Amino acid sequence: MTQKTNNQRAWFLVLPVLALVAFSSIIPMITVVNYSFQDSFGGNEFFWVGLEWYRELLQSERLWDALGRQLLFSSIILLIEIPLGILIALSMPKKGWMASLCLVLMALPLLIPYNVVGTIWQVFARADIGLLGRAISDLGLSYNYAQNAFDAWVTVIVMDVWHWTSLVALLSYAGLRSIPNAYYQAAEIDQASRWAVFRYIELPKMSGVLIIAVLLRFMDSFMIYTEPFVLTGGGPGNATTFLSIDLVKMALGQFDLGPAAAFSLMYFLVILLISYVFYTVMISADNDGTAR
Amino acid sequence: MSLRLQGVSKSVDGEVHIHPLDLELEKGTMNVLLGPTLAGKTSLLRLMSGLDKPDSGKIYWDGKDVTRRRVQDRDVAMVYQQFVNYPSMTVYDNIASPLKMQKRSAQEIDAKVQEMAELLQLADLLHRKPSEISGGQQQRCAIARALVKDVGLVLMDEPLANLDYKLREELRIEIPRLFAASGSIFVYATTEPEEALLLGGNTATLWQGHVTQFGPSTQVYHRPADEITARVYSDPPMNFLPVRKQGGMVHFPNGQSTRATRAAAAMPDGEYRAGFRAHHLEVGGDTAGKIAFEAKLIVTELTGSDTYIHVETAGERWIGLVPGLQTFEIGQHVPLCLNPDNVFYFDQQGKLAGSTPLATQMVGA
Amino acid sequence: MASITLENLAHSYLSDPKGETDFALRELNHTWEDGHAYALLGPSGCGKTTLLNIISGLLQPTRGRVLFGEQDVTQASTAQRNIAQVFQFPVVYDTMTVGQNLAFPLSNRGMDARYIEERVQRIAQMIGLEAHLGQKARGLTADLKQKISLGRGVVRDDVNAILFDEPLTVIDPNLKWELRTQLKSLHREFGHTMIYVTHDQTEALTFAEKVVVMHEGQVLQIGTPQELFETPAHVFVGYFIGSPGMNFLPVSVEGRHAIAHGHTSALAQDYGHPQGDIMLGIRPEFTSLTKGEGLPVMIKRVQDVGRYKFVNATVFEREINIVLDAHIEIEADMTKVSFDPDKISIFSNDWRIDPASGGKL
Repeated sequence: MTQKTNNQRAWFLVLPVLALVAFSSIIPMITVVNYSFQDSFGGNEFFWVGLEWYRELLQSERLWDALGRQLLFSSIILLIEIPLGILIALSMPKKGWMASLCLVLMALPLLIPYNVVGTIWQVFARADIGLLGRAISDLGLSYNYAQNAFDAWVTVIVMDVWHWTSLVALLSYAGLRSIPNAYYQAAEIDQASRWAVFRYIELPKMSGVLIIAVLLRFMDSFMIYTEPFVLTGGGPGNATTFLSIDLVKMALGQFDLGPAAAFSLMYFLVILLISYVFYTVMISADNDGTAR
Repeated sequence: MSLRLQGVSKSVDGEVHIHPLDLELEKGTMNVLLGPTLAGKTSLLRLMSGLDKPDSGKIYWDGKDVTRRRVQDRDVAMVYQQFVNYPSMTVYDNIASPLKMQKRSAQEIDAKVQEMAELLQLADLLHRKPSEISGGQQQRCAIARALVKDVGLVLMDEPLANLDYKLREELRIEIPRLFAASGSIFVYATTEPEEALLLGGNTATLWQGHVTQFGPSTQVYHRPADEITARVYSDPPMNFLPVRKQGGMVHFPNGQSTRATRAAAAMPDGEYRAGFRAHHLEVGGDTAGKIAFEAKLIVTELTGSDTYIHVETAGERWIGLVPGLQTFEIGQHVPLCLNPDNVFYFDQQGKLAGSTPLATQMVGA
Repeated sequence: MASITLENLAHSYLSDPKGETDFALRELNHTWEDGHAYALLGPSGCGKTTLLNIISGLLQPTRGRVLFGEQDVTQASTAQRNIAQVFQFPVVYDTMTVGQNLAFPLSNRGMDARYIEERVQRIAQMIGLEAHLGQKARGLTADLKQKISLGRGVVRDDVNAILFDEPLTVIDPNLKWELRTQLKSLHREFGHTMIYVTHDQTEALTFAEKVVVMHEGQVLQIGTPQELFETPAHVFVGYFIGSPGMNFLPVSVEGRHAIAHGHTSALAQDYGHPQGDIMLGIRPEFTSLTKGEGLPVMIKRVQDVGRYKFVNATVFEREINIVLDAHIEIEADMTKVSFDPDKISIFSNDWRIDPASGGKL
């Protein structure tokens, strides 16, 4: 029985935050909504076009292609990072200075600014001078992320895995550490296999943090921009042009404010929708059998 | 000082925790909330404290409506099942903290802390941190912090549940003494009937968000108003069997019958459920004027001085507490008897139909 | 199944223990006989959990050996010892059904599916879980979960011992009765060696055939509930067993008389002239209020506890408790307290004197 304390006056304490949120997101968003229903000819001339931009966007292949690439990218990222993160967490030492060292090492990639990550990998993977790119080329494999679409994908994915798997690992590690010792002892007494310990003790007890990890990684990867932009600039061709890169191209590159506004609103709704579906599905799966 | 709850109710997420109830606690009384886990004890304490606001009803303190008043502005202190102390402060600073917040003078604070420490046997531990003292001492420290403020209402939510058995026993004797010294209203939630009786004062029995009965503890124990109250106030659990009253006689399922005397005499004819407590079941002995049974022995448990017997008869499982160390063979049939004066009769609605309370009543209290 | 022998067993959590006080568990020799039910009883920090962990294999003792039957298992892992354990808080596999939980120890050992099915049914029936077999373990109440842990312990018929670590801590008083009964029935049915750790004397006495009372790392007495109650070997046992515990009065003893502040109480046996700090111990149940003979008493509080009357009083400024039959009326001129001579124990330097054997127990 967890109970909340009722205290109406506490709402006043939230007011400054509400004001800040209003200025930082709600008011700009209204501007965007406004743009999305209008057309502009340079300067300050605006025309009401209704749902025209939305209709056009939904019919454009460009958006659907970008969305397809985006979904594929996020799925691959999740399929690699979640199991890998769990695996790393499981193999990390439980206590002592080794544990602290591991935690610091794991946290390092998370501390590097996004554009620096992109730059690092841009140099690191270059086929001519990069350590990794050169090594692969020297092995006799043809590799060039700037020209080959497949190579570009592999590089972007490896980069993201390098950057973000630690987050999943750290969250999983925290989840694992909170399991009381008695569970492991009981499993040993029951002669449970290592797999059974994972399947029936560790995974169920970690489910809470894993939901958070999946959600965070999904939302973040769905909005990925800086690293691929720095690395490939969305190329070769449109091979690594994900939704956000496409959006920037449209808004800043072509200065199509109206369509870009409509695009960003739809983008926002898609993320909201998919996150919501993810969340409800996972929560209900987690609660399976709990309700009496 | 008095605390009055009028039609107070509380639901959380569509689940009723407290059904509308009235309760009035007088100045300087010890009040026990007795009920099993999830009966609503904690919910009721939180309503009394002001931590939660009731969905309906009013709460009056000294005749003034305090329903909407914040817990900080009320005259209450609370002690929890977990030992809640400030971990980085010494015992002294822990006890002094409520006084410091009230901006009392250093001299007054020191005098008060010393007095409390003396009363709760913490005087030698004042310079220690909570992590350096035992669980019982930690809870004493939490109690001292609650009492030092001299508040009008002290709420205790199963304060002894996490303590060793023996410490529990000692504090059970200590708490009524502290209470007598303070003159505040004490409200004490527990799941254990014996604890309620040892604390004395009044008992409110709780069951699924209802207060089933409220009155002097011994009276509630000896004259439970209904079957649920009797169940809540019995440990070991109360034993039951179906009976029928007809023509001035009470008929028991084993064919025996007894003359309906005292309160039972006034009950209309019909079917009843008879209930009795474990220590009223007797083994062997003189059966004159008593109901005799034969029951199959399932398990015996020795406590050193007494024996608990678990028996089965006519499809009912009973627990008996008999003096001395009894050695029986498991599965053996033992002769039992029951004095009808010790039986409660409950009607079809579960209300007490007629009872024969013990001659001795209300000692101490 | 096997007996469990503790040989010169001692344990310290320090790497280099010096004196006796450095030991969480002082030297101990004892054999737990096969198929019996034992309880380890003592307050927090008395070393009972340390001893349990040594038996379960979670902890390697600093000194001494642990034998299961004839086999030395001091260095063996928990799994190798083939024991079962029920923990303080219910440990269940949340995502499995109740039935799968019970079957788990068997299926891990590659038992025949038909045997498992049959065995799970039988255990579930014995502990009242049949109705829940198909339910997920998560979301069940604490007492049902604790039943599952218990069931997982007894489902194997070849375990050497079942260890219980304060298993009723999170159970409501009313349900404790049911679980305790089932535990007893299971013990009678299967005859496992059972070791039950608790700080609650009622649980220890009602469960065990023999109770081991521990205090500050030391075993003070091993005995039947009756022995612990009637002839406590140490002052601490007298205090710890019984609710409330034994009353103590400092006295001097001469033969068949105990003298306190010039008042004499008769003793049932001749104690001679014992040396050291002498204490008279008498249980509240054998203490009575009188109008004439006995020691002067100041009654402080009387409480009707239903089954009995609880009286809190002082004798020569020492606090004593008296348990009286519910029907006894306390009258104003009951100013004395007397002790049943047969039930008095005499302690010298905290240990009981047994005149029959000519000295300490």
